[in-house]
Amino acid sequence: MQRIGVFVCHCGSNIAATVDVKKVVEMVQMEPGVVHAEDYQYMCSEAGQAKIAAAIHEKNLTGIVVCSCSPRMHETTFRTAAERAGLNPYMVEIANLREHCSWIHKDMEEATKKAVILARAAIAKVNLNTPLKPGESLVTKRALVIGGGIAGIQTAIDIADAGYEVDIVEKTPSIGGRMSQLDKTFPTLDCSACILTPKMVEAASHEKITIYTYSEVDKVSGFVGDFTVDIRKKARSVDATKCTGCGVCQEKCPSKKAPSEFNRGLNTRSAIYTPFAQAIPNVPVIDRDACMKFQTGKCGVCEKVCQAGAIDYTQKDEIVTQKYGAIVVATGFDTIKLDNYDEYAYSQSKDVITSLELERIMNAAGPTKGHLERLSDGKHPHEIVFIQCVGSRCSDDRGKSYCSKICCMYTAKHAMLIRDKYPDVNVTVFYIDVRTPGKNFDEFYRRAVEEYGVNYIKGQVGKVIPQPDGKLLVQGSDLLDNKQILKEADMVVLATAIEPEASVRKIATMLTASIDTNNFLTEAHPKLRPVESPTAGVFLSGVCQGPKDIPETVAQAGAAAVKAIGLLAKDKLMTNPCTAKADELMCNGCSTCANVCPYGAISYEEKEINDHGIREVRRVAVVNNALCQGCGACTVACPSGSMDLQGFSNRQIIAEVDAICR
Amino acid sequence: MSHANNQAEKIKAISGVNPLKCMKCGKCSATCPAFNEMDIKPHQFVSYVQNGDIEALANSKSLWKCLSCFACVERCPRDVQPGRLIDAARQIVVRTKGQTGLAPEEIPELLDSEVPQQLLVSAFRRYRR
Repeated sequence: MQRIGVFVCHCGSNIAATVDVKKVVEMVQMEPGVVHAEDYQYMCSEAGQAKIAAAIHEKNLTGIVVCSCSPRMHETTFRTAAERAGLNPYMVEIANLREHCSWIHKDMEEATKKAVILARAAIAKVNLNTPLKPGESLVTKRALVIGGGIAGIQTAIDIADAGYEVDIVEKTPSIGGRMSQLDKTFPTLDCSACILTPKMVEAASHEKITIYTYSEVDKVSGFVGDFTVDIRKKARSVDATKCTGCGVCQEKCPSKKAPSEFNRGLNTRSAIYTPFAQAIPNVPVIDRDACMKFQTGKCGVCEKVCQAGAIDYTQKDEIVTQKYGAIVVATGFDTIKLDNYDEYAYSQSKDVITSLELERIMNAAGPTKGHLERLSDGKHPHEIVFIQCVGSRCSDDRGKSYCSKICCMYTAKHAMLIRDKYPDVNVTVFYIDVRTPGKNFDEFYRRAVEEYGVNYIKGQVGKVIPQPDGKLLVQGSDLLDNKQILKEADMVVLATAIEPEASVRKIATMLTASIDTNNFLTEAHPKLRPVESPTAGVFLSGVCQGPKDIPETVAQAGAAAVKAIGLLAKDKLMTNPCTAKADELMCNGCSTCANVCPYGAISYEEKEINDHGIREVRRVAVVNNALCQGCGACTVACPSGSMDLQGFSNRQIIAEVDAICR
Repeated sequence: MSHANNQAEKIKAISGVNPLKCMKCGKCSATCPAFNEMDIKPHQFVSYVQNGDIEALANSKSLWKCLSCFACVERCPRDVQPGRLIDAARQIVVRTKGQTGLAPEEIPELLDSEVPQQLLVSAFRRYRR
């Protein structure tokens, strides 16, 4: 018979305001096995943990139940406390009286009743608990970073500087990401390329960093400390070991009609291309869909002009399989499609552009060589209207429910830069709210208004109407003046909402990392573990976790690196002992469990079994504890009921259900 | 519950609109073709309902100037749909004047210069479904 102690936490008033904790203590004392019960204001505090330790010693407890918050919050805390007091940590159970009871109920009597039932279930389980011992698994001292933007680059450099090997996998032909497309950065207005390209070079030349560009993650298996990843190196059609990056192929390529991804489709590029002049690596790729050689068989100019003989039309996708201890996701963002926002005439007029397109127009290496001009007729604009919150903060099904966070600041930046370079251009910004929290951010926005004369109007734009003379008629609200405004503009710039890069869904599925309804990756804890995924060994860097600007991205990238380093620095990891186990006497060797196991943890052995005196050789399931993640799929699939999850056995769960139904 | 509150609740019930969802962006007023004719602007309608100031709404010119084009309903990013609020306010006014709303067969009789055109547009919209 177990000797069980029950510890009921008030959680300040979080639990105690809705649950009568004294009553819970009184009620649980009648439960079988319970020899001790007490309550305390904060069980997780040092004093609270000391109470648990004291009771374990004084009452010779063999198991404990802590009635507190979610086990996701403090299970580890209480298991560690129990272990220090000499109890096996797996003899600790948590009854979640906060999230599952006090936070969601209002009536004290009902909540208390439910609290007692939850405690009872946990006590019933502890009665059947057995001490478990975690195994060990080795840590592969290598990290994978998915995404080669500023987030991925910074994470990789930080991990590599700590002495660990890092691989960056980038889907496009060059690292650099969105930041490489930006012209200037707020609030200091330093040139984006000037601060990014040295980092790109640092990553590329770091002896511990390997960069796979034009590559994607194909398959992920394994678990924390021991992931196995297939990386698909897409066929570049150019031999990177021979290419000198001279650029002649791009110059001579006769097929120059493909829209330039880097310039957001504002101009075109050749079929063989590097996205931009400072691309790393400086090795072009052939876009086979745009290449005449691949489409018609006729051409081959690049092969003829290449002095290095680097062109290879026969190249095929190559799969590289590599082992990693940690994986960092840094997949970044894109702007949303504007198909649902016809009222802004984006598809009707070339002079209605997104802010990211304006970045390319303002950039000296962009489609207009940095000259501000209308894309329809090349004319210099005199009136520019910026529209904020296009697709952000929408609760309808057209846009995104969240604030994209960066738009207020980059619009102030654009407005300021335009007024600075072209004082003859009037700039009007239609805003709903100006949100500029951040160091020197509000000062920056005020400078745009006070020093540069940018006209901020509180109100949204209803529609943009292209006029026969090429002008754009903007109809908007001025809520402070209670007026409807009609304004003729030469260009309209839309602060388009950002969303996670589309490929993140596939990557999250491969990693079994959870994502929210907006496709942002979920943190292990929104406040206390913001750079970790709930999936062990997977870390989050940059906008894939939520909208953020460059300094925040870099800070988070460093934080993700530290977490990854913390993992890689360990030689061994304790494995979860709550793994599956087959009862050899009951197993009939049917293979059902092996077929449903997502981790490939189950194999079969021919084994001599002594079944109540009858000795025979049988085919039985064997679980590899290092691979098993304790998901329980096999236990429900097993037709003979021989599979059981240690720590969550069928008997234990039925006992919990019985206790609840009693 | 006071009379004014009661009326506001009625408008919310008829329109199915929650004025608290409004983030005061002004897109409704920005998009309204009848804006200049109105004394209470579409975005103000929302706060009038929220504040229970229904009498002012009932007596406003705007009530009968709204074209029921529903551009504000279409474009509102928060699903507040000011056009539906105006529509509901009109119905309340019509009902308190002793009428019970419109049945399609009654409409031909009502077609005279006294009946606001907008009311008919709204009625057709409502009964078409």
